[in-house]
Amino acid sequence: MRQPRILMCPPNYYGIEYEINPWMSRSRGSVASEARQQWQALHDILVSLGVTVELLPPQPGLPDLVFTANAGLVFRQRFFSSRFRHDVRARESPHFEAWFAAHGFTVEHLPEGVYFEGAGDALFCGPTLFAGYRIRSDVRGHQHIAQAIGKQVLPVELVNPRFYHLDTCFCPLAPGEAIWFPEAFDAYGRKVLQAHIPRLLTVSEAEAHRFGCNAVVVGRTVIHNTGCERMAEELQRWGYRSIATPLDEFLKAGGSAKCLTLRLDGEEAAVWD
Amino acid sequence: MSHAPIAPAPTGFVEEVELQGHIIDSLLLPKVLDEILTRGGSYVLKDIRIGQRQQDPSYARIQVQAASERALAEILNVIHDHGATPVATHDCRVVEADMDGAFPEGFYSTTNYRTQVRLNGEWIDVEDQEMDCGILVDPEARTARCVPMAEVRQGDRIVVGRQGLRVFPAESAHRQNLFEFMASPVSSEKPKGVTVREIAAAMRRCRAAGDKILAVLGPAVVHTGAVEHVCRLIRGGFLDVLFAGNALASHDIEQALYGTSLGVCLDRGLPAEEGHEHHLRAINTIRRLGSIRAAVERGLLRSGIMYECIRRGIPFVLAGSIRDDGPLPDVITDILEAQRAMRRHVRGVGFALMVATMLHSIATGNLLPAWVRVACVDINPATVTKLVDRGSIQTVGIVTDAEPFLRVLVAELGLSS
Repeated sequence: MRQPRILMCPPNYYGIEYEINPWMSRSRGSVASEARQQWQALHDILVSLGVTVELLPPQPGLPDLVFTANAGLVFRQRFFSSRFRHDVRARESPHFEAWFAAHGFTVEHLPEGVYFEGAGDALFCGPTLFAGYRIRSDVRGHQHIAQAIGKQVLPVELVNPRFYHLDTCFCPLAPGEAIWFPEAFDAYGRKVLQAHIPRLLTVSEAEAHRFGCNAVVVGRTVIHNTGCERMAEELQRWGYRSIATPLDEFLKAGGSAKCLTLRLDGEEAAVWD
Repeated sequence: MSHAPIAPAPTGFVEEVELQGHIIDSLLLPKVLDEILTRGGSYVLKDIRIGQRQQDPSYARIQVQAASERALAEILNVIHDHGATPVATHDCRVVEADMDGAFPEGFYSTTNYRTQVRLNGEWIDVEDQEMDCGILVDPEARTARCVPMAEVRQGDRIVVGRQGLRVFPAESAHRQNLFEFMASPVSSEKPKGVTVREIAAAMRRCRAAGDKILAVLGPAVVHTGAVEHVCRLIRGGFLDVLFAGNALASHDIEQALYGTSLGVCLDRGLPAEEGHEHHLRAINTIRRLGSIRAAVERGLLRSGIMYECIRRGIPFVLAGSIRDDGPLPDVITDILEAQRAMRRHVRGVGFALMVATMLHSIATGNLLPAWVRVACVDINPATVTKLVDRGSIQTVGIVTDAEPFLRVLVAELGLSS
């Protein structure tokens, strides 16, 4: 069994300093101590599950650096650095790239003029990379990734601004199995996911708004925000262990468990060979 | 466009886009096509290559059409988000001519198909479409037109290379029903009645559309006794421009003055005494008067094709050749000048009827854009074949003698007495 390895960034400088998605409101700031506590709890759960957690040094002035999922896409020892749509986040890239370069990854860049927001919008389920587009990443970015890695890449359109990244409404559990919130996709996207993933666990609108889909999968354990009881029950029926941990301070920025982590050795559902 | 009478498709505004990646499994291709249709556009799949294995990308090149520039822009904007990007992203390249009468090296050589050049990101129709020319661009006026080699002037801005150019070949055109059924353009084995009926219908349509009908006639029209048929076409309003050479006009005038054509009596079919001199005497008479018009105005020339042209104000271009007798004073002996005159008159032509002349038919075919329908009638199948082989592929041919054809045509048009 492989050793799960995840990159996280402590929330020392986390806060709501700008508004780039409908969740963010500067008038509804996060409470630093609570954010720290929630982040630490998630971190500790992962460690308790045997995950090696790598830590990226936090940087003042980069409040969203905690959301390491958006750093880029990891494929084997290659790191495709994100091209963020918003300048405020583009400033994170040099820090991510430095870390990956220092840890034995080949850092690669997408061509200028395309947007690509890493594992936030690109998730393997089996050998296929599902890729969200329109709100943050664009189709051309995904097409470039497809060329670069030689894998099937299926872009699906995201139509609800509250679910601006694919990982906010879709979470692969294992090859052929995933959690999803269908209303976040257009009709074509729904068809594509239904055609390629035989078992889809649908979350309710309320639990989707709790970011139930923004979950971290380690082995057969799924870690997610609280307030997703129905999803948790369903996961257990599917043979998964569900761990709920409060992450509301991060939901204020439009993030949750998955956004706070970046799997470095390939997600559980990914089949790369 | 200044002269697009039976204008070919693609109609409206067009842009070619390409889409690549896993566009089949991701439903991006059907989605893009659906977006085009639901927004009132239409498309032609110009090229599609499907990946053979699951991880192989596919590729599609799609021609998007819309009724207005705005509608097209809206469609392109929407499908761009799904990965469909315009194929052409560069303007055409333009070089100033460094001398008179010659293109810069590497000039783009035109076809007779509808052509557009990209100027400042916009597609501009090339006017005066003609094969074997260059394209002269006026960036300030945002216009482009075909220009023949001899007409180039130093400083003219000429398109070089193929970048920022697009040509719409006939295959992609929404064809008119006319001539559709003619699989091979020429055969002596085809039922002529149907073809003549189709030609008559095309002439009627052309006239109804307000476009001009051009006739290109050889002297056999006179020799075979078809002058009166042509006169009926003129009087009936089915002939707006005439191209011919010295011979057609000379023998037509010979017949009007002497009743013979090349000395042969047209009513009896027998050579007239001293008849071989008639055409020379006819030419000499006109030369003494200074022009065909003068002969009509003096009351000397009172019938025939040229007479009807003068009387009805039908413009004609008589282009000279090396074997001409005389020639008539109206004949243009400088071939470049003759080409210029012909170019002026092909503007607005929607249908061309070419009867019994290889030289003038080919010369005219060279000047016509591919969407102008051409009917070529000749006793010699090689004339029609040559016309088609030289690029006038829009030609439909009938292998027959001039007079029987014109007689039936006149009857089809309801102009018989």
